Amino acid sequence: MSHRPKIAVWKQSSCDGCQLSLLDCEDELLAVLGAVDLAYFPEATSTEKKGPYDVSLVEGSITMPHDVERIKKIRAESKVLVTIGACATSGGIQALRNFRNHAEMMAIVYARPDYIQSLATSTPIADHVPVDYELRGCPISKEQLLEVLTALVNGRSPRLPRHPVCLECKIKGHVCVMVAHQTPCLGPVTHAGCGALCPGYSRGCYGCFGPSDDPKTSPLAKRFLAQGVPAEQVGRLFLTFNANAPPFKAEGLLHGGVESKSAPPTNGGK
Amino acid sequence: MESHAPWQVGSKAILSVTGLGDLLGRLWAGGRQVVGPVVRDGAICLGPVRTIADLPKGLTDEHGPGTYRLKPRGDEALFGFTVGQHAFKRSILLPEVALVQLRRKGRDVEVEPATPKTQPLALLGVRACDAAALGIQDKVLCGGPYADSDYEARRADVLVIAVQCTNAASTCFCASMGTGPHLSNGFDLALTELLSPTHRFLVEVGSPAGATLANQLELTPVSEGDLSDAKTAEQAALTQMGRHLETAGLREKLQQNPDDSHWENVANRCLSCANCTMVCPTCFCTTMEDRTDLTGDIATRIRRYDSCFSEAFAYVHGGSVRPTVRARYRQWLTHKLSTWVDQFGSLGCVGCGRCITFCPVGIDITAEAKAVGAPARTG
Ligand code: SF4
Ligand code: SF4
Ligand code: SF4
Ligand code: SF4
Repeated sequence: MSHRPKIAVWKQSSCDGCQLSLLDCEDELLAVLGAVDLAYFPEATSTEKKGPYDVSLVEGSITMPHDVERIKKIRAESKVLVTIGACATSGGIQALRNFRNHAEMMAIVYARPDYIQSLATSTPIADHVPVDYELRGCPISKEQLLEVLTALVNGRSPRLPRHPVCLECKIKGHVCVMVAHQTPCLGPVTHAGCGALCPGYSRGCYGCFGPSDDPKTSPLAKRFLAQGVPAEQVGRLFLTFNANAPPFKAEGLLHGGVESKSAPPTNGGK
Repeated sequence: MESHAPWQVGSKAILSVTGLGDLLGRLWAGGRQVVGPVVRDGAICLGPVRTIADLPKGLTDEHGPGTYRLKPRGDEALFGFTVGQHAFKRSILLPEVALVQLRRKGRDVEVEPATPKTQPLALLGVRACDAAALGIQDKVLCGGPYADSDYEARRADVLVIAVQCTNAASTCFCASMGTGPHLSNGFDLALTELLSPTHRFLVEVGSPAGATLANQLELTPVSEGDLSDAKTAEQAALTQMGRHLETAGLREKLQQNPDDSHWENVANRCLSCANCTMVCPTCFCTTMEDRTDLTGDIATRIRRYDSCFSEAFAYVHGGSVRPTVRARYRQWLTHKLSTWVDQFGSLGCVGCGRCITFCPVGIDITAEAKAVGAPARTG
């Protein structure tokens, strides 16, 4: 990577929370601005330098026809493409629509659905173009964002372990909410990176970092059922921020995590 | 105290509850950090114990596979529970620690070994299984081919104030492993908590450092009655011990059955979440992480806990040598209960039961070890 990489920050369908993590790096912000050339970041600066870019950080999922064209253009002018957040890496919470009848939903929400151009599904960036690194989470962790930027500036690969949250949880020394409080926790199947934030506040992990490297969702779901969690609720646990991530999707649908009677669409939104 | 001092290694005496408070005060005043049982978030954890008010008074813990509950005991006991989620290894083999820092100074690199500025420790409430586990980690990490200088530095000044178990959990099986429930060595002072007729502690001196400490305390001589009360109290732990593991022939059995169908059976239940290894007081596996700052002028090498259950742990060029949960669980169980003997001369399990309680799906090492290669259904 060049000495001061030229960086662009892009947004597809998303809430802005992840790109704002960059501005949330209060203590490190000056160092970051010194180390990188922030060439395109509409949320933060009006200067707009043209591509090509060394690094593109992409937030958001693909939900509209023009998103597909746009992401191809971004990929073409970026040396390294990093997707940031649950929307970009799995399709986000808006991927819940993937399990419903799209036309019916449009009719419920919009007075003139014919004005709306929207795909039947919300899909991750990696379904459309090759991605170099993924930052998980809803939102992403500021530490992981800094790690990726630091690694790219220094020309090494970023350290983004893919093991379950439990390992981080135990390193922190949090009391296990599953064992000590019988609170359902997705930590055993969720990708590390948040530092076990939720168990640190005595809450179960909601799985916002998506599936870990080898997620064993089936024995975990069996455990939830055995401790008395109703099947539908087990399904819903898996179908939130990363509902479209294949292991969570499969486990969630198995337990009836969606109420819809309509068949989920089969097209991949591509 | 003048009339009975000096207390020596092997001496037994009686310490009052206020005397225990005095002991804590002296340890802190002497610059030691006292780490022992404290209540946090509905569980007994390890943390700083400054006064006896910090101890889990009147509480006990109920253990089962994948479940843990605190319950009131209906008395004033300060140590009326067994082992919790935290093992004392967290104070010596730290979960995460910086080992070395490199700083770029012009064209030079300055090496700053992060020599630990260690505060002397006193570990309070160490049980027989915990003391045995400390011994096992010492064997692995002090001297020898796997010596770890950070561990050695932190281990150098640690007082062990043990507590003899007077109750046991349904997950305990130290008696099978020959490590407990009675602790006969590996401590500086050992306390047996006696609740009636008066609340007091029988103290046994286990080392010269323990004797020095004992000679600063208000101790009174033991009576026959105290000794028999202690014996009765300790007997309860043995009676309550909830689990058993047959160790005769275990080492051979596990090594002879790498293809047993039971490994697949466990693999279908195991989450490969690493909780068992994180809570185990003998598991010592770590990984190294190098971190740099944005400018690239400072690089820090961190050592943190890792586990044979994480896929990346067994990653070598081209892939993981243990890509399946079956292979990872087999590695763990076989190391603990078999190849540890070949490597370090003892079993790697002390029977504390933590891995059973703190496995989110309640996988039971004693049941799995029994089932592998069981004659009824070998295959
Ligand atoms: S609280 Fe959740 S993340 Fe933490 S160890 Fe327990 S199951 Fe794992
Ligand atoms: S514990 Fe789970 S839900 Fe909470 S921040 Fe971490 S990954 Fe997200
Ligand atoms: S293997 Fe389990 S029972 Fe044995 S020492 Fe480790 S945690 Fe305790
Ligand atoms: S045995 Fe239990 S604690 Fe250990 S990795 Fe498997 S599920 Fe996790």
